[in-house]
Amino acid sequence: MATDTLVDPARTAEAAPPAWRRLLGSWDAILILALLVVVLVASATIEGVGSPRFYRFLVLEAIPIALIALPMTLVIITGEIDLSVASTVGLTCSVLGQLWYLGVTSLPVLIVLSLLLGAMLGAVNGVFITVFGLPSLAVTIGTLALYRGLAYVVLGDRAIADYPQAWTQNAVAPIPGTVIPWFVLVLAALAVVFGVLLYATPIGRSLYAIGNNADASTFAGVSVLRTKFWLFVATGAMAALAGVFWTFRFASARADNATGLELAVVAAVLLGGVSIFGGRGGLVGVLAAVALLGVLRNSLQLADVPANALTIVTGTLLILSVVGPNVVRMTRDRLRRRRPLTTALERTSS
Amino acid sequence: MLPVLALEGVDKSFGAVAALRDARLELHAGEAHALVGENGAGKSTLVKILAGVHGPDAGRLLLDGQPVAFGSPADARAAGIAVIYQEPTLFPDLSVAENIFMGRQPLKGLRRIDASAMRERTNELFGRLGVQIDPDRPARGLSIADQQLVEIAKALSFDARVLVMDEPTAALSGVEVERLFAVARALRDDGAAILFISHRFDEVFALCQRVTVMRDGRWIATDEIGNLTVDGVVRTMVGRDISALFPKLETEPGEVRLTVDGLTRHGYFDDVSFTVRGGEIVALAGLVGAGRSEVARAIFGIDRYDAGQVHVDGRRLRPGDPPAAIAAGLALVPEDRRQQGLVMELSIERNATLPRRWALSRLGLLFGGSERRSAADWAKRLQVKAARNTDPVSTLSGGNQQKVVLAKWLSTEPRVLMIDEPTRGIDVGTKSEVHRLLSQLASEGVAVLMVSSELPEVLGMADRVLVMHEGRLVADIPRDQADEESVMFAATGQREAAA
Repeated sequence: MATDTLVDPARTAEAAPPAWRRLLGSWDAILILALLVVVLVASATIEGVGSPRFYRFLVLEAIPIALIALPMTLVIITGEIDLSVASTVGLTCSVLGQLWYLGVTSLPVLIVLSLLLGAMLGAVNGVFITVFGLPSLAVTIGTLALYRGLAYVVLGDRAIADYPQAWTQNAVAPIPGTVIPWFVLVLAALAVVFGVLLYATPIGRSLYAIGNNADASTFAGVSVLRTKFWLFVATGAMAALAGVFWTFRFASARADNATGLELAVVAAVLLGGVSIFGGRGGLVGVLAAVALLGVLRNSLQLADVPANALTIVTGTLLILSVVGPNVVRMTRDRLRRRRPLTTALERTSS
Repeated sequence: MLPVLALEGVDKSFGAVAALRDARLELHAGEAHALVGENGAGKSTLVKILAGVHGPDAGRLLLDGQPVAFGSPADARAAGIAVIYQEPTLFPDLSVAENIFMGRQPLKGLRRIDASAMRERTNELFGRLGVQIDPDRPARGLSIADQQLVEIAKALSFDARVLVMDEPTAALSGVEVERLFAVARALRDDGAAILFISHRFDEVFALCQRVTVMRDGRWIATDEIGNLTVDGVVRTMVGRDISALFPKLETEPGEVRLTVDGLTRHGYFDDVSFTVRGGEIVALAGLVGAGRSEVARAIFGIDRYDAGQVHVDGRRLRPGDPPAAIAAGLALVPEDRRQQGLVMELSIERNATLPRRWALSRLGLLFGGSERRSAADWAKRLQVKAARNTDPVSTLSGGNQQKVVLAKWLSTEPRVLMIDEPTRGIDVGTKSEVHRLLSQLASEGVAVLMVSSELPEVLGMADRVLVMHEGRLVADIPRDQADEESVMFAATGQREAAA
């Protein structure tokens, strides 16, 4: 207790460093900076990058990834993962196409049924994970295969493509006066909803608590299993929404729609600074990472870089994303330890 | 006669906590020696020093009169010391023989494991012990008693001369205890020195020739069993003056707040019934493993129970639903601060407001700094020493962490506060602050149920002492009749006082 005197009481009331300074050293800031640099460099060196057409395709490509990355961020923050999302997209596309083929012609009905299907597929994951207590990695690798298989059962190798032109054109229609697809507004609205949920609600608080220590969360009155269950339901529904968009954007429902998309989503979430072990990260970084990966991919494509090299770039970024935030945190901790005030404080905490 | 193994003046501290101060012990060949003492008397630390897990800060370890230092458990084992723990840790998917010879498998040509030699030698060992276990069966599915016998066989396989048994009988049935004792007696008569640690005095008297009593990390007495009685041993264990008095305020007990009726969870506790009134501090005392924490966890809804009911202010509480318990006005400060009480990586602010996150929100949103204000208010009231409330709780000292846990629960304004080991691992100054706080809460009409293994705390704070022994409530002692002996007698199952 004698060590308490090491702390000057006047200084213990010291304010936190200003927000801008904390932000500057954060992984989010590094990502946004990297995004700007990549856009500037690519626009200057690669023909076609930076054109209105480039941005239009970039956004169209990023929308499904971002839609699924929103709930995936929350899922990974709680320490779980959902690898079945791309198969959920595929199965939703197939069922949507088949329903149209069988004569369901109301767009709202098709959308609502698709979302319900997605929520149900998510609930199946949720039941295995929370009721039977199985690891989400194993369960969703299983349903990754299962849902894709069911998609083939529904459609086989057919493609359903004869939707009304109004639907397919409206799906990708630009915001008047711009080239940007209007659907990005839906994405923005949902991003706000998920952002508020994560940062400004009691549920958001419990997600970080669960990811850091599920046991202590239970003791604090957090319903850990119920929360996780609903996250998987939300993930399924968002994947279904991505499926609806996918079907009308490409005017094609096929069983193999969106194959492999789960890796693009998980890559963006991890690059976005969300810890694969749970408890850390946020949506700002994830959305920046979706954009960064999209710009890189599209720019390199325009530069005629072969597809294999693109995969290598994505893989390298993914590894960096796991290492990067840790390096940033370790550096910051070391800097903090060098400051004498905190050293004194830490000594009292023995 | 020279002792096989002796400890002289051993000190051991963990941080500021002195676990052993001048501990002594002498083990002789062909003798079973009992080590007894309350929870926290230092028995486990002493065992860990014998086992080479910890090194002593001061003092000497003598093996056949020669000073030795164990750098690791392997050193202790090489010196012929084997430790059998309450719950053995075998590799469940390996065979019994493989478990016994793990790391020391007999080899044949090309460094291949000689399975048949291993099997033969295992059979030989089991023959010496007079037990029948198939050496080829996997360890999974063996009873605790059989697992202990496998551990003993392992000890024999490297010619252990000192066998330390740390509460080996806690999980055994009567028949199994008899068989274990037959083995222990046979080993003893073959010249091994046995150190037997137990809370069960009938067993101590049945097996041992000599008893050492420890208290507060110190050696108190060693004597021949023939000179002792159970009463005498218990008195020596607890015999300490209650010098540190706790500031318990006198209160008039009010309405019954918490009613627990016939609560049963098979294998943990059985038919536990009691009530706690507003303004009352009721202590739940007993030895480690008596089921006290489990009862508190079940009441709060962390664990489900098989039978019984819990009522708070006359309303029945849904089992297995902590949010409902919190809504009903219940709070539980758990035993394990780091694993259950706090989310160490999160800030003081987030931890202190986690149970109240819904109450602090408006329209389901947390904004305008309501969490910051609540956390700052409670951190100040409990005098949490921290630079900033946005710092992770992991940067705080144990005492300050405990204050954050208390702030977290007091801010919910509970009507019933259950607190498990309120002062474990915190310094003396904070201890008395916590005690004053509990006393003050009771005087404000809160019903307090305090699980504590520290007798002075129990006797100083409690209006009533409930005592548990092996999953059952065996005594309900009012403050004026509670003393160290009455509580210890009940806790060790010596006297089944009417509840």
